[in-house]
Amino acid sequence: MVRKVREHISQNEGLIFERSSAGKYAYQLPEAQVPEIDPAAALGADAVRPEIPDFPEVSEVEVVRHFTRLSTWNYGIDHGMYPLGSCTMKYNAKINEYVARLEGIAGEHPYQPEALAQGCLKIMKLLQDYLIEITGMDAITLQPAAGAHGELTGCLLIRAYLQSQGNPRTKILIPDSAHGTNPATAVIAGYEVEAIRSNSKGCLDLEALHNAVSEDVAALMVTNPNTLGIFEENIAKAAEILHAKGAQLYMDGANMNALVAMARPGDFGVDVMHLNLHKTFSTPHGGGGPGAGPVAVKKHLEPFLPVPVVEDDGKGGWKLNHKRKQSIGRVRAYVGNFGVLVRALAYTMANGRDGLRQTTLDAVLNSNYIRAKLADLYDLAYSGPTLHECVFNDKRQLTSGVRTGDIAKRLIDYGFHPYTVSFPLIAAGAMMIEPTETESKEELDLFIAAMRDIAGECATQPELVKNAPQSTRVTRMDEVAAARKPVLRWKSH
Amino acid sequence: MSNKTPPNLRYTKDHEWILVDGSTGTIGITDHAQDALGDIVFVDAPKTGTPVQAGKVFGTVESVKAVSDLFSPASGEVTEVNDTLKDSPESVNEDPYGKGWLIKIKLSDKSEVDALMTADQYSAYAAQEHS
Repeated sequence: MVRKVREHISQNEGLIFERSSAGKYAYQLPEAQVPEIDPAAALGADAVRPEIPDFPEVSEVEVVRHFTRLSTWNYGIDHGMYPLGSCTMKYNAKINEYVARLEGIAGEHPYQPEALAQGCLKIMKLLQDYLIEITGMDAITLQPAAGAHGELTGCLLIRAYLQSQGNPRTKILIPDSAHGTNPATAVIAGYEVEAIRSNSKGCLDLEALHNAVSEDVAALMVTNPNTLGIFEENIAKAAEILHAKGAQLYMDGANMNALVAMARPGDFGVDVMHLNLHKTFSTPHGGGGPGAGPVAVKKHLEPFLPVPVVEDDGKGGWKLNHKRKQSIGRVRAYVGNFGVLVRALAYTMANGRDGLRQTTLDAVLNSNYIRAKLADLYDLAYSGPTLHECVFNDKRQLTSGVRTGDIAKRLIDYGFHPYTVSFPLIAAGAMMIEPTETESKEELDLFIAAMRDIAGECATQPELVKNAPQSTRVTRMDEVAAARKPVLRWKSH
Repeated sequence: MSNKTPPNLRYTKDHEWILVDGSTGTIGITDHAQDALGDIVFVDAPKTGTPVQAGKVFGTVESVKAVSDLFSPASGEVTEVNDTLKDSPESVNEDPYGKGWLIKIKLSDKSEVDALMTADQYSAYAAQEHS
């Protein structure tokens, strides 16, 4: 029985361009109190922009209704659980938004003299210190704009370091359970990728690693806990194998929500890693908004970090050091996506060590509660203990022709955002669920009830599930046609 | 099962097939592979004249689920690319051993093909990997 939602009438809405009719406008400017001048005469004709063709002409209420109507078609974390595995769609407290919007912070200009930007520099320095403590690393850069950008920065740091040792090497090893960004990053950084097959537990195969590591290998890129939510218990041994051949251990920090204040990558042999502040440290994401992917490194990689670096100025304040001989250079304009850094600091300080630890424990508990409550109806992809996310497969439901994507679509009818579908690739028909610490037992129980009902529907009414969603504004999209024959832009004629 | 693994082809562990005709090898992905990938939406194949190496990546295939590497069953040089896949990538799903072929190569070492799996060996391999 669907308990969380019921159908409700929503307003149709076209594109804002289609609402346009000539002569409508949303506001009136008062009469100018100075004489009008001709901008072309004052600035030169080439500085004057002509009218934008097809610019929509609408009234204020039409604009308000347009966006309000569109917003009611959406589903976000403020509506309810968003169990998209590997994405850490946690609720981000509104006070962090408030802090990031404080006038003295949001109004700061990156070219402001350092003497007038001490508060912002302090925010960066404090955040750096906390993140270094949390990761157990030695130094950090806050510049990268998001996770994959952090990966690229990390790989470039590895390349620069190995180059300084005489040979940048040619290969990066990546487990077959990795996020797709890892191999893409390695290639962009100029490395060849070699996949390492996972063992029967879904974990890093030490023997395969041992056989693959050579003097040609620059690094292993590994996610820990991995994409199955399993902690790579041999990570320290993997680090030893790599280090014995002079190779580096890169950790993708996408799943740090399972480790914060409980385990430190720097303590288990990681040389370089990135954090996804927008996942783990409180910034709304998923809408393509700004993220931040700080990269933390061990001492030997520090000289290569991007400039500028925030440093003590020796007079009780902070300064930006642009002079680092071995730096790989700047990877992002100014100092990165500063607003995300502010939210991350607010989140970290508000929680404190004990709060962060409780957050991690709750994230792991929530995931394991779901796992325990669904394991009798859905097969687990791998049976090992999992941390912050759990991965089922659709093997049992496939007997009635229902696949993971169908069950995900049916969840929409029950009022939930779908889980992650068909990932990781080493689990056929994967259903990857990450509730995060956000959810109460009540919301988790609703989700569990929905998943249990759907399991029943798979057996008794498979067509209902295969044609889901049933109760949404638009029914199932033709994803295949959208990919094969994409229509990428709206045309007025 | 015979139509799902034609006996005249040889197979790789990465689920590609090769058909040898004289010194030409025609390469595609298996029925098992297209089924596991789901609806194929894009094939990225090398240009004519590109050298390929046995066991190395020569292109990618993109489905609604994922992008996967294509590994060459044998070494040689690309002599022909299936251009019809640009407009009809669904051929790979509908007819993986026929209209859905990917590239043809001039084989540099025909003995490489002998080391690949036969249809019976591949059927057993695919069944075991799936379980």
